[in-house]
Amino acid sequence: MSESKTHAIVVNDLVKSFGERRALDGISLEVRRGELFCLLGPNGGGKSTLFRILATLSLPDSGTAKIAGHDVVSAAAEVRARLGVVFQSPSLDGKLTILENLRCGGALYGLTGTELESRIAEATKALNLRDRLNDIVETLSGGLQRRAEIAKCLLIRPEVLLLDEPSTGLDPGARLDLWAALEKLRSEHGVTSLCTTHLMEEAARADRVGIVSSGKLVALGTPDELTAAIGGDVISLGVSKETGADQLAKLITSKTGIPATVVEGEVRIEHVEAYALAARLAGEFPKEITSLRIARPTLEDVFIARTGRLFADQDLEPDMNAPVKKKKH
Amino acid sequence: MRLLRKRSTELPKQFLMKPTHLLWTPALAFWWRDVIRFLRQRNRIIGALATPLVFWMLVGSGFGPSFRNPGALTSAAATGSYLAYFFPGTLVLIMLFTAIFSTISVIEDRREGFLQGALVAPLSPAAIPLGKFLGGTTLAVLQAALFCVLAPLAGLPIGWHQAALLLPALVFVGFAMTGMGFLVAWPMDSTQGFHAIMNIFLMPLWMMSGALFPMPAGTGWLYWAGALNPVSYGVTAIRSSFAATSGTALPAGYLTGLVVTALFAAVMFVISVNLVAKRSKRN
Repeated sequence: MSESKTHAIVVNDLVKSFGERRALDGISLEVRRGELFCLLGPNGGGKSTLFRILATLSLPDSGTAKIAGHDVVSAAAEVRARLGVVFQSPSLDGKLTILENLRCGGALYGLTGTELESRIAEATKALNLRDRLNDIVETLSGGLQRRAEIAKCLLIRPEVLLLDEPSTGLDPGARLDLWAALEKLRSEHGVTSLCTTHLMEEAARADRVGIVSSGKLVALGTPDELTAAIGGDVISLGVSKETGADQLAKLITSKTGIPATVVEGEVRIEHVEAYALAARLAGEFPKEITSLRIARPTLEDVFIARTGRLFADQDLEPDMNAPVKKKKH
Repeated sequence: MRLLRKRSTELPKQFLMKPTHLLWTPALAFWWRDVIRFLRQRNRIIGALATPLVFWMLVGSGFGPSFRNPGALTSAAATGSYLAYFFPGTLVLIMLFTAIFSTISVIEDRREGFLQGALVAPLSPAAIPLGKFLGGTTLAVLQAALFCVLAPLAGLPIGWHQAALLLPALVFVGFAMTGMGFLVAWPMDSTQGFHAIMNIFLMPLWMMSGALFPMPAGTGWLYWAGALNPVSYGVTAIRSSFAATSGTALPAGYLTGLVVTALFAAVMFVISVNLVAKRSKRN
């Protein structure tokens, strides 16, 4: 069982279908103990399905998943006793106060009396909720509600914390608070956290990131490793209608020998000396190029490089007329 | 932070011993939560109590003059008035409404609410049904008991003798009603679906129970609809409670009504536990 000592989560070849659609298509990954791991992917990419299986709410068609060495299917009770789950939609009762919610939440794990009260005191202190205990939950801001959710999970002293899109509906300040709380849990208490997210900025804060698309794990590594693998900076070229992106990409590749790809109507090139190359291209194709952008690679570029498509909801058909998303730097 | 700091991989002892057997503590938490929620939502109290009250007065007064009870009631309760006849049926309706209101929340609560957290806790599969059944029963019995204050207005006697028989009858009927509501709500994914089932299934069960009109004797379909309908026995148990006297003999039909209702409630509970134990494949 040495694997369970070093790894908090071990997922092996997990498959899950809904009718015709394969939500998970043979995903394998490992999350080390004490790690802050992010599952990044577009909505509909399969990460929520994986989340529900890990949370013991849904059964896989095949493959295995273990949390703290216990199988999520055959030893669900063992898993549940060690697992804190923060759902995307609140699992607090809006009509109750934070304190009442925490008491009910603790009772679900058999906690009562002074033990429960002392844990509530500690969890609410850790998340700065001490002076809001008697507030009715539905009157609180989204950020406070999310912190109360996490406090509820902490009552059971979880080994592993699963969070489904934890920053949904939070303002930027509340997001920072949330991440500070997760990092504190990791550094002070060794809690392993696995977050699902569709936000690049959020994933970039994790120790390691797994990128999920169409039910497959398309990339896995630290944010730096993943972006470093891009090999230089990224040039994106807007193309005039007369030329067309495919035509320009062919022209560029034949003239320079550098591979150029087309993503959602733009020509995309990764290159170590991007600035020099950009200047050269601008000189050689002044009519064809309508816009030019150079950027450090982000996790979005990693996603594009691995899947050949933009990072958007996978249920939605890509809209060719829509303006291509601007990158932030 | 002392306790949290100790965390490492150690778990509290109770988890390591019996992680799957958490039953009463979580069930009582559910029960307590249902009661608190109810008290904080005044419109629910009105909905569950006022609707049947209005129904009782309007239907009762309207049908009153043309109503002739073929003789199901005897002794003190046999005043012949339809308001009196309809009173036990209204009690059952109050309990049905309360049960529906307290179980319909299960539908949304499972997907986005407090129940989500319960589904990932190491609970006995009986914990959630037990808590919900107890919660629904408590609310139903409280409201029915409140309505019983009006019994003298209907010409029905209400004293210690009647109350002693009524209480167990109300408890079992409340448990059975909550059970029906829970069974309908648990597999549902929308509250609209619940309303449909309520209208085509739950309300007819109530109507065919002798609550609204006396079920005929004989062998016709209406007789069988009543005889095979578990709700009939609850109505009978409640109706006959009002015929209690100071003697030791139980009113006719009381014991059968009570026993059948209790059995029905038990069956509802067992099915519910099995339903909750199944981890859904479709999720």
